[in-house]
Amino acid sequence: MLNQQEREYFVEKCKDIRALTIDEIATLGVGHLGGCMSVVEIMVMLYYKYMNIDPKNPKMEGRDRLVLSKAHAGPTLYSILADKGYFDKSELKTLNQPGTHLPSHANMVLTTGVDMTAGSLGQGLSCATGAAIGSKLRKDGATIYCIMGDGEINEGQIWEAASYASHMKLDNLIAFVDANGMQLDGETWEVNKMDPLMDKWRSFGWRTLEVDGHDVNAIDAAIATAKTFMDKPTVIICRTLKGKGVSFLEASWKNNHNVKISPEQRDQALEELGRKGE
Amino acid sequence: MYETTEMRTVLANLLAEEMRKNPDVVIVDADLARAHNTLPMKQEFPDRALDVGIAECNMASVAAGLASYGFKPFIYSFAPFASRRICDQIAISIVYAEQNVKIVGSDPCLAAEMNGATHMAVEDVGVLRSLPGMVIFEPVDGDQLAAAFPAIMAYEGPMFIRLFRKVPPATIFADPDYKFDLFKADMLKEGADVSLFATGIEVKEALEAAELLAAEGISAEVINVHTIKPVDKETVLASVKKTGCAVSCENHNIIGGLGSAISEVLISEYPVPMEFIGMRDHFSEVGKAPYLQKLYKMDAASIAEAAKAVIQKKNK
Repeated sequence: MLNQQEREYFVEKCKDIRALTIDEIATLGVGHLGGCMSVVEIMVMLYYKYMNIDPKNPKMEGRDRLVLSKAHAGPTLYSILADKGYFDKSELKTLNQPGTHLPSHANMVLTTGVDMTAGSLGQGLSCATGAAIGSKLRKDGATIYCIMGDGEINEGQIWEAASYASHMKLDNLIAFVDANGMQLDGETWEVNKMDPLMDKWRSFGWRTLEVDGHDVNAIDAAIATAKTFMDKPTVIICRTLKGKGVSFLEASWKNNHNVKISPEQRDQALEELGRKGE
Repeated sequence: MYETTEMRTVLANLLAEEMRKNPDVVIVDADLARAHNTLPMKQEFPDRALDVGIAECNMASVAAGLASYGFKPFIYSFAPFASRRICDQIAISIVYAEQNVKIVGSDPCLAAEMNGATHMAVEDVGVLRSLPGMVIFEPVDGDQLAAAFPAIMAYEGPMFIRLFRKVPPATIFADPDYKFDLFKADMLKEGADVSLFATGIEVKEALEAAELLAAEGISAEVINVHTIKPVDKETVLASVKKTGCAVSCENHNIIGGLGSAISEVLISEYPVPMEFIGMRDHFSEVGKAPYLQKLYKMDAASIAEAAKAVIQKKNK
């Protein structure tokens, strides 16, 4: 359980990351705003509390790793990596611009601190499974995290990986479903209903937890619990809102996947978040 | 040394030997370990001989995850399921992510014989050749595979190994002095009138075609292009500058494979008449490879005919 001071720290950190990410995307004026906002709390709790990493030694052996399978949330990851000092924050303004190291979809070859390339949906949980097996073989005690979208889990390969990760008893693998309820063509339940989600994962041999994905306390407790489980991987279903934290994005949660943002909207978003743009 | 050994056994034994020395080497099967003789490795290496079941996409991306951890995975399936079925996983998890995964695709095209068109990759080289930076290697026999193995291990990057599983139709590289170079094609027979560029099971046919041609006073040069990508431009160009015409011989669709690779070199650097031996853009019926090679005009006699036709074009 986070104490009041910790809770405030993480809540403020989420605002920092939202502001950095909005500013980053607004430089070019278009991007995956909705899904970048919905994962903020999950990624902040990982990078600022749980992950054993060293920005000065990005390839540190035995480090914890994140496979951002919904890699179109790359801009959020970049904000965190820059904030943690993997590279200079000024680089954030180069997102998707000529010669950038920061493409829409996270790429380990281009960006310091990115643990796995993804972007073609459905592959990341398999990659995370491979890394978790690797960690077991190395006996290095690392935890491998993976973040998927709730639309992404339509992909059959997710379930190939789910089955195999549980077969391999990968208790060092903790996955998150950013269940923001929307995919490009509509609400997830109306496109291809995956519910009951918890039952599906459980039947594949996973331990399951379900939390409010914007409640840092709840995410913290879920990760702490997941780390105590033995012999099975854990999935944490995070109920989230696409565009969370910015009023006009929240209002357009049904259509904010890959959208434009004007300089005025950026200013408004930063004001709401209590952060000034650079 | 390996004249009578199945190629899958040659590779499995080389890998087992490597795994004994090198704790980074892992195998990821997709329920075809029995078909590739890697099943016994599960006994010896229970932690490193993995099997994801019938889930090739997962196999490819799990291997990429292992490679991102510093392991050197070999993944195995029949050629179509190790290429067209998992093209996107190879492209993104492995190639784009620059992961050192070796992909073994076995019994390509007609080599799948009685399994028929579902298992016959007519397109694997074409599919994978267009992935940036992919290396495609097709050994002719067990001796060449064994000679290549150190280079396969030393190469840090994605590679597709197009593997004939059984005892190959001909053994050519048994000479203990044979020196293998991953990026250098093998000059098997020098000639002056026509260049025959061949891979895999078509190498035997090309060599026999050269004999048929010799009986008619035609001197054919036979080159084994064991690495289809990157193709050895230097050897290809040196040969056609001498002979003035070419025939490509491949166990693959003539679209996208060796013939395309050779013609891309020739058309931009030294255009000469060329003929293509291979599957002419159709699926195959089931059958023994020698029967199918004859049926689809991929046998020695057909290569000799193509050689004579291309020499005529040259002389026009």
